[in-house]
Amino acid sequence: MERSVTKLLSRAESMGGIAAAMREWQLRHDDTVRTNEDMDARMRQALAVMRESVTQGLDPKTRSVSGLTGGNAAKYMAAALTGRTAGGSLMGRVCARALAVAECNAAMGRIVAAPTAGACGILPAALLTMQEEYGYTDGQLVDALYVAGAFGLIIANRASIAGAQGGCQAECGSAAGMTAAAVVFLKGGSPRQQADACAFALMNLMGLVCDPVHGLVEVPCVFRNVGAVSVALSAADMALSGIDCPIPCDEVIDAMRQVGDALPSTLRETGEGGCAACPSMCKK
Amino acid sequence: MHVFDIIGPIMIGPSSSHTAGAARIGRITRMLLGEPVRVAHIRFHGSFAKTWEGHGADRAVIGGLLGLQVDDADLRRSRHLAAEQGMKYDISPIQLRDAHPNTVIIEATGDSGKTVTVQAASVGGGSVMVQYLNGMEVGFSGSKTTLIIQHRDAPGAIAKVSRLLAASRTNIATMRVFREEAGGRAVMALELDSEPEETHIDALRRVPGFESVTLLRV
Repeated sequence: MERSVTKLLSRAESMGGIAAAMREWQLRHDDTVRTNEDMDARMRQALAVMRESVTQGLDPKTRSVSGLTGGNAAKYMAAALTGRTAGGSLMGRVCARALAVAECNAAMGRIVAAPTAGACGILPAALLTMQEEYGYTDGQLVDALYVAGAFGLIIANRASIAGAQGGCQAECGSAAGMTAAAVVFLKGGSPRQQADACAFALMNLMGLVCDPVHGLVEVPCVFRNVGAVSVALSAADMALSGIDCPIPCDEVIDAMRQVGDALPSTLRETGEGGCAACPSMCKK
Repeated sequence: MHVFDIIGPIMIGPSSSHTAGAARIGRITRMLLGEPVRVAHIRFHGSFAKTWEGHGADRAVIGGLLGLQVDDADLRRSRHLAAEQGMKYDISPIQLRDAHPNTVIIEATGDSGKTVTVQAASVGGGSVMVQYLNGMEVGFSGSKTTLIIQHRDAPGAIAKVSRLLAASRTNIATMRVFREEAGGRAVMALELDSEPEETHIDALRRVPGFESVTLLRV
């Protein structure tokens, strides 16, 4: 189940959902948790840290250690709340929160790696804004985190979640896939639709390179969290509209691995290609 | 790997390998020293050497040396805390041959004058691997509760450890032994399923030829 979406879906069918299947697997494989209550308490703690990281990142005074990024989430949120964003209020708030958590991370704030620190803004931004908009309970958000975790685990085992190995598709791409599935879950979509949403998001971010300027988790990383969360929401919406993904999720993950292997090392977190090699970023 | 490696770890940013991993290595060094650090020489290699300031790897290692966890917000002001607590340190780059790109060497001296030298790599996602302990090649991660024993290689040493752990009803998950040469310096690294009782650890410390016994709880 930890290596195959097909198997995850069949477990989910017999157990009443992906969150339940993930919980059951985790109890069998993690010797630090003894009961469902222990496990859920840990997930609730992750949710609480996510919430704090949004608040901290929205502070206009947030600045990274290098000074390259910070303070932009506050601008985005202000624009979203005053009708100045093209994507409307919901999309604006989602994107502003993704930026907030990513900027909080760059400023040495406390975050939940989901699945990595570089891609930490995507999942919390979507879940917390869905809660604000549609009134989901924390319990439902915790279930959604298990759903996201189940897909992330399979991606990690079958492909990679490390930018140094698979490029940014492995970090922001994986986070978008996990988030798309979690959003479909919250909106009442079936496990099959959750898998399709994950596949759509991975498909749409396939090939994304990891090219951090000066080797820091800042440019383009914090802005890519915004791009990836919008891909996640549109992927979720495709699945919720009843559009079937033509390629099974497992095959998309395998393709992502092959693309990652084919990336030259200059585009895998070495800070030598892509945005990192732009002339104005090489000064200093 | 499991679900809390995907939704987690909870950590101080910005980088799991450069910040969380660096803090972990500092903390392991502090635990191996077994007493507060007075002076630390920190040498960054590879990617660490290029980005330590922007990723806060310097603050993370210093925080770890002060005993802070990877999710402690005080990591940010660890340099200030070090000054308050009277811990001196210096940081410089170093070029190592055949080392992982994220490697750090820390030479730490404690209150009593005791010294420990650790070479460790941050291998991704906040996980680390200690590769050299006091110049001796070893290999342990500290991801589980780990008993580290530095001793003289001698017949019966392993038997003494396993007997005391059995008396403490502690199961050994994995065990590795390293030595320089027969009868020379040796290190045992035992990953445990639970923590042994303090009295049994004290008994281990009294075994002749055992120079240092540390229970790593990272």
